[in-house]
Amino acid sequence: MSILDIRGLTVEFPSRKDVFTASRNVNLSVDAGKILGVVGESGAGKSTVGNAVIGLLENPGRIAEGEIHLDGKRIDNLAAESMRKLRGKRIGMIFQDPLTSLDPLQTIEFQLVETIRLHLPLSKTEARAHAVDLLDQVGIPNPEERIAQYPHQFSGGMRQRVVIALALCADPEVVIADEPTTALDVSIQAQILKLMKRLCEEKNVAMVVITHDMGVIADLTDHVAVMYRGDLVEYGESKQVLGAPKHPYTQSLIAAVPRPDVKVHRFPQVDYIEGSAKPFKQIDIGTHWLGKARDYKSVDGPLLDVKDITMKFLTKDAWISKNRQYFTALDKVSFDIHAGETFGLVGESGSGKSTMARVITGLYHPAGGTAHFAGQELTSLKDKKQVLAMRRQMQMIFQDPFSSLNSRMRVRDIVAEPIKFHKLASTNSEVNQIVDDLLEHVGLGIAAAAKFPHEFSGGQRQRISIARALATRPRFLVCDEPTSALDVSIQAQILNLLKDLQDELGLTMLFISHDLAVIRQMCNRTGVMRHGQLLEVADTEDLFDKPQHAYTRELLSLMPSMDGLSRQNLEEELA
Amino acid sequence: MFGFISRRIAMALVVMFVVALISFLLFRFVGDPVNQMVGIETTPEQREALRQRLGLNDPVLVQFFRYVLGAIQFDFGNSYQFKQPVADLIGRRLPATLELSFASAIFALLLGIPMGVYTGLNRDSWLSKMFLSVSLVGISLPTFFIGILFIFFFSVTLQWLPSFGRGEVVALGSFWDTGFLTISGLKAIILPAITLGLYQMTLIMRLIRAEMLEVMRTDHIKFARARGLPNRSVYYIHALKNTMVPVITITGLQLGSIIAFAIITETVFQWPGMGILFLQAVQNVDIPIMAAYLLLTAFIFVFINLIVDILYVVIDPRLRTERGRA
Repeated sequence: MSILDIRGLTVEFPSRKDVFTASRNVNLSVDAGKILGVVGESGAGKSTVGNAVIGLLENPGRIAEGEIHLDGKRIDNLAAESMRKLRGKRIGMIFQDPLTSLDPLQTIEFQLVETIRLHLPLSKTEARAHAVDLLDQVGIPNPEERIAQYPHQFSGGMRQRVVIALALCADPEVVIADEPTTALDVSIQAQILKLMKRLCEEKNVAMVVITHDMGVIADLTDHVAVMYRGDLVEYGESKQVLGAPKHPYTQSLIAAVPRPDVKVHRFPQVDYIEGSAKPFKQIDIGTHWLGKARDYKSVDGPLLDVKDITMKFLTKDAWISKNRQYFTALDKVSFDIHAGETFGLVGESGSGKSTMARVITGLYHPAGGTAHFAGQELTSLKDKKQVLAMRRQMQMIFQDPFSSLNSRMRVRDIVAEPIKFHKLASTNSEVNQIVDDLLEHVGLGIAAAAKFPHEFSGGQRQRISIARALATRPRFLVCDEPTSALDVSIQAQILNLLKDLQDELGLTMLFISHDLAVIRQMCNRTGVMRHGQLLEVADTEDLFDKPQHAYTRELLSLMPSMDGLSRQNLEEELA
Repeated sequence: MFGFISRRIAMALVVMFVVALISFLLFRFVGDPVNQMVGIETTPEQREALRQRLGLNDPVLVQFFRYVLGAIQFDFGNSYQFKQPVADLIGRRLPATLELSFASAIFALLLGIPMGVYTGLNRDSWLSKMFLSVSLVGISLPTFFIGILFIFFFSVTLQWLPSFGRGEVVALGSFWDTGFLTISGLKAIILPAITLGLYQMTLIMRLIRAEMLEVMRTDHIKFARARGLPNRSVYYIHALKNTMVPVITITGLQLGSIIAFAIITETVFQWPGMGILFLQAVQNVDIPIMAAYLLLTAFIFVFINLIVDILYVVIDPRLRTERGRA
């Protein structure tokens, strides 16, 4: 008898014009103590299924057909108030971003006690004792002391543990985890997954894990459901689905996951997406404006030479300078990047890799060290003209495609802005022509120009960012986690686009990522960073095959990978 | 926390010192005070004797020092027009203005916050739309016009409320006359308080509404719902508190301007507060009053800002560590 049973679930979002069906005839069930994975890319309807179960569909969503049963009782037709009483008590939920899931203005204790007392008939002191106990169970050291703290005093991984404690505080029968580890570093992700697995077994909870990450599915789940555009395309035991996928979409999805073990020339793309293979006008880059007049002088030696860059942030100010306290974000970092190559920086959050990117692009002023770009010292540039010339040669692509585009500007204006600012074209019609070509070239089409950023998906927005970066005809691109907010198939497309552009335009790239598999596919040479220090720089292939530094080896071992599953198979066969 | 507050107070003192300097310079450069005080037939010897007595022949620094010393003891000299100590004049008027400001701030907050929460949560209800359109009137009509409309409607036509004055006042101690303890005093404060507070109410309502819309979209609200919390605690414990920081900033500044610039409302309703005193002072070039008024206004703003800064830290624990360090 399964605890949670979803039968023929169809969720619709009616709008003025038509009805959008977010999930269509989905049948799923989970047993107590088991973990079901729901995997798919954004827009697949996987979160919709989770939200429907817990009764928190966003307006105007509604369950059009189907039934949801919790322990044999139908819950999808409950009144709002009785549904609210189920939430937290019998169905718990864990969200993606631990940094924003907790109320920043209330202590952990307040939030835990509030929730516990809502669901369980306990006094304040009993509830507090229960809360401390829960924090202990989810692995928070010193729960007695830390319970009185505020969310911002916890690290991301610790906050996710608090979120899990909150979701579990009334011993629910079902827990829905929506992308529980997506916002976390690999090492933290491994810990959280382990914790979830342990709690699931100990408390005999049925867990539904919604994720886009095949690695998480392989590590954690017993069963897996693959969703694509609202349809459940494949459902079965995780081992069987991942090992021998039947549906072509599952096959191409698994193929699109970047492989950490072998470098491939181009990413295999999810080719199952119907109607997305629109042929775009290919531009002969050599004769086009983009490729023409790339009058950069070639340089002897490295294009970018960074020496002993140190960056400090003030954490405690004082009038007397020796009393000031600093956080050292970059500690004497030195590396060089040669023309035409892609240099990778890899590390966990807080390692200083993004700070490095900002120092190079001039957004931060370093406390010490030098950076030479094409023979010119960057950190001491004062002359406005020189600064502008330098900015034109270096462009940046940011991680978050949602906040890196001005939402009040049309795409045409966004892409045209750098051209106009640097006065790279003489007439408006010329600018428009260039923008059109750029949009075509990055795979968006001319029609995109008249729209606003919010009309695009994450991957399309990242293409807009790329078009904007290319608009100054740069020779150096800094990509700061350009695909970490994207789905695997979209990631594959964007990374392929970057590779194509690099070939066509001879771009040099600094590529920052926390994802080792992506680094392996993209970079010629790679540096590993931790706590502001550059631990190791090596050719990427060497780094993966013969890691020198202990931390590199640790990172490599934590890499969640599809072969976790095959290893598991192997162990079972051996046993 | 203690270090933070004492640093803030030190900064406030610097501001007050600078304002005192400006207010002192008013005496030095806006006309000759002796000319303001004596008639045409006074002889130069008498004038000189007066200068000597007032200390106007001492070095500037000594005079400034004396001025600041006086100001600390609420001694701002004598008014030119009334020939009375400025402190007494202001002291007699201040309670009226403070009570009016207090009443209008309470009115603005008590109505503005719930209306903001309501319109933020029920964006499309007809009541929200009505609040928003009425509030548009509050923001776009000038204060004196609203005041005159109120007088016309409630005092002249309906004859419910008095059109001017404070009504009966009761003395609380030797300094404070309050209108809050008599029926006629309470009746008298309604119209001016609403007139003065309407704009602030609109501002607070719109601000809370915008912040509410923002906060209700955040993850922690979604998570609070997923934990099964009832709407009441989601709205008022988790959402409203998160809207407070910008609201406090604006409310603080607005409260300062309510107190300092109640002049128009006080004129329309013939409210015997500082505003009218100040207007008379301007008309008669009564510099001691203007200087004292300047100091008082600056003090009110500095004081409110100090409170606002402390409230930030009380409300937002994230600022405690950062500010404590910063």
